Amino acid sequence: MKMIVAIIQPEKLPDVKQALFDADVHKMTVSNVIGAGQQKGYTEAYRGVISEINLLKKVRVEIAVNDNFADKTIDAIIKGARTGKIGDGKIFISDLKECIRIRTKETGKNAIG
Amino acid sequence: MLKIFKQRNVPRGLLALLFVTAGCAADAVTAGENISDIAKSVDLVWMLLGGFLVFWMQAGFALVESGFTRAKNAVNIIAKNLMDFSLGCPVYFIVGYGLMFGADKLGLWGTNSFLLNGVSDMWDIGFFFFQAMFAATAATIVSGAMAERTQFKAYLFYTVFISAFIYPVVGHWIWGGGWLAEKGFLDFAGSTVVHSVGGWAALTGAIFLGPRIGKYSADGRSKAIPGHNIPLAALGVFILWIGWFGFNGGSTIAATNWNISLVLVTTTLAAAAGTCGALFYSWIRFGKPDISMALNGSLAGLVSITAPTYDVSAVSSLIIGLIGGVLVVASVEFIDKVLHIDDPVGAVSVHAVCGVWGTIALGLFAESQYGNGVSGLFFGGGLTQLLVQLEGIVAVAVWTIATSAAVFTVAKYAIGLRASREEELKGLDLTEHGQEAYAGFEIYSNE
Repeated sequence: MKMIVAIIQPEKLPDVKQALFDADVHKMTVSNVIGAGQQKGYTEAYRGVISEINLLKKVRVEIAVNDNFADKTIDAIIKGARTGKIGDGKIFISDLKECIRIRTKETGKNAIG
Repeated sequence: MLKIFKQRNVPRGLLALLFVTAGCAADAVTAGENISDIAKSVDLVWMLLGGFLVFWMQAGFALVESGFTRAKNAVNIIAKNLMDFSLGCPVYFIVGYGLMFGADKLGLWGTNSFLLNGVSDMWDIGFFFFQAMFAATAATIVSGAMAERTQFKAYLFYTVFISAFIYPVVGHWIWGGGWLAEKGFLDFAGSTVVHSVGGWAALTGAIFLGPRIGKYSADGRSKAIPGHNIPLAALGVFILWIGWFGFNGGSTIAATNWNISLVLVTTTLAAAAGTCGALFYSWIRFGKPDISMALNGSLAGLVSITAPTYDVSAVSSLIIGLIGGVLVVASVEFIDKVLHIDDPVGAVSVHAVCGVWGTIALGLFAESQYGNGVSGLFFGGGLTQLLVQLEGIVAVAVWTIATSAAVFTVAKYAIGLRASREEELKGLDLTEHGQEAYAGFEIYSNE
């Protein structure tokens, strides 16, 4: 089992969601986060004064998948989130030790699917 | 005598003034002139007060529209509402007022008084102030229907034309002694002149733009895009409601015309009935009392009564408002789910559909004992008034849709009408203005 965490541009969320649905991936956790990567920030102007924003608004998508679904999921996220510009985001993949569905107490493969 | 005018207690001051003038007057003629001067002054104050209240409706529109749309576009909505007044008012002064109230040409438009040239009477200047507020109302209706996806500069381009040209020509036909006025078309405070013009232009704009991203799924299902602040929208509706007392009440342009009382009663009852109509109809239709629909219902009642307010009984106003309230919910559903036209705040349903209904209602419910002395179909007047009303509705719809389509076409090819996909998804606040409405607050990406 893999835990896939993607940090993406907020405005690409609809596209990423669509790509995931098209790849039959329907389960996800989405949170609003702020952070900085290579993009380093942007400027806002307020009453003529420039304010530099260092931490940018991003969206974090967390998806737990069985191994055979990992590549499909990663491809879908890239398809939805990629524009080719700095700031498109990153995907982190790690091994997932266990997964338990609270309602049925199922574990592992059954709990994820 | 000037001292008396400065007194805080106006009624007593006026009484004292009457007393003094009557007492001092050497002959009855002078006394009579003075009293008519005072009456004229009271009328002027009433008209100007109406203007103040109609101006305040701008605040109502700004709040309703920003409340019913998403947080990422709130700065943009405020910018549009601020600028359609601030650009529209000067162009109405330069061109619009002359087209509307200048000397008539062929019953189609006015030909002088541009820049208030030759207008020196202080009553007429006050009348311009009052009318400018109405012109701004027609212009601002459109921004809601075009919300969340229009390029700011294209909107600014359009708003110049509605205030300078589209609205004033209709105004001339109906209020400036034009061809519809000659035929006996009646629209007391502007169900057609103001609201339908705004509503038809809003419809045209929404069609030209197409729906917001994510509004319709691939298989044509309509999806909800909830507004971000219902309390703000509710405050906006209350502000519009009180503004309407000036819109309808002020349209007597005479405080000495005591029909104001009837106008205010019918206005209030229709608005309340419209709210009830929308709330209970949405409750039956959707299973829950929908407050965003009920808020539209208040406005629907108000728009519906704007034409007939001077000519119908209080009982009729309840019926007119109630039908308006049900109509607005049915129309929002029809425009969204059947026509697939994306109108984020329901501007077309409130202003065009209920504007048409209000104008028809005058032809149905008018009673000769009131204001204009005409009778509608239900009160023995036959079809005469109703047919004139229908003729006006069609003429105004055709004119407004044709001219605004022309303006939007030019805007589309010369400036670009629609924001890019990226701008729309990021929100117009950041992309158009580089500002956030709620800096420091987290705005959720939940689409």
